[in-house]
Amino acid sequence: MACFLVAATEAVITTVATKIIEKKEKEQQELKVSFNGVKTEAAQKIPFSRKLKWLNRMLWGGSALLMFEHIWHGEIVPFFPFLTAASDPADAAQMIHEMTTVGVSMAALVTVVWLGIVGVTTLIEKRAEKEAKRLASSES
Amino acid sequence: MTLLTSVFAAIICTIIWYKNAPKNEMKLGILCWMFWGASLMWLVDAIFEYAELGAEYFSPAPADMLNDLFLGLSVVAFGLIIWLVILLIKDPKGIIKAALFKKKNA
Repeated sequence: MACFLVAATEAVITTVATKIIEKKEKEQQELKVSFNGVKTEAAQKIPFSRKLKWLNRMLWGGSALLMFEHIWHGEIVPFFPFLTAASDPADAAQMIHEMTTVGVSMAALVTVVWLGIVGVTTLIEKRAEKEAKRLASSES
Repeated sequence: MTLLTSVFAAIICTIIWYKNAPKNEMKLGILCWMFWGASLMWLVDAIFEYAELGAEYFSPAPADMLNDLFLGLSVVAFGLIIWLVILLIKDPKGIIKAALFKKKNA
């Protein structure tokens, strides 16, 4: 009914957080990494704000496409109160129930998947750095 | 069917993005994240529906399936329009700027 609103609210919060973190982030240090396991190259780690943008895009994109689905099913209308369920108290209660169950689960799953992606990318970064150190020590 | 359509759209976009990486001229990353985000959200929707309907969830009526496919394709088209608007506004290749401004000969 309006489950996407939970993800959209999280998207607003994470977008604001991204802007704040972006301002606070200092210039990234240059480091040596190995992209192919054969030679080392100079590179920079991507900042956390960029990783947070992945979450923003998933939340905003998902919310936009789900909003389209709700328009398709006639649950969102272009006039007040915009959500058809909001005009009837019984439907409104059902809508809030759906938001607290389905909506919260949607936002939570997207966040958990993003955390997993961030975890995997951190592992890849560490492995590339370790590989570069190993190559540098074998060269010297 | 809507979930399946968006998952396929996400997979195809990710393959195209990976093939063209590290070039990001077409801003395909936006499209990938958008479809993956929507797919995860519809997955949750599907899980809740499965919990309610049980095995019946996997045998929808042909008319419902067709309607869901129609919705899925419309969603993909809507996603592509959002991406196209972002691409034209950000204009990473400078095509729009080149069309709007004429270079002055020195």
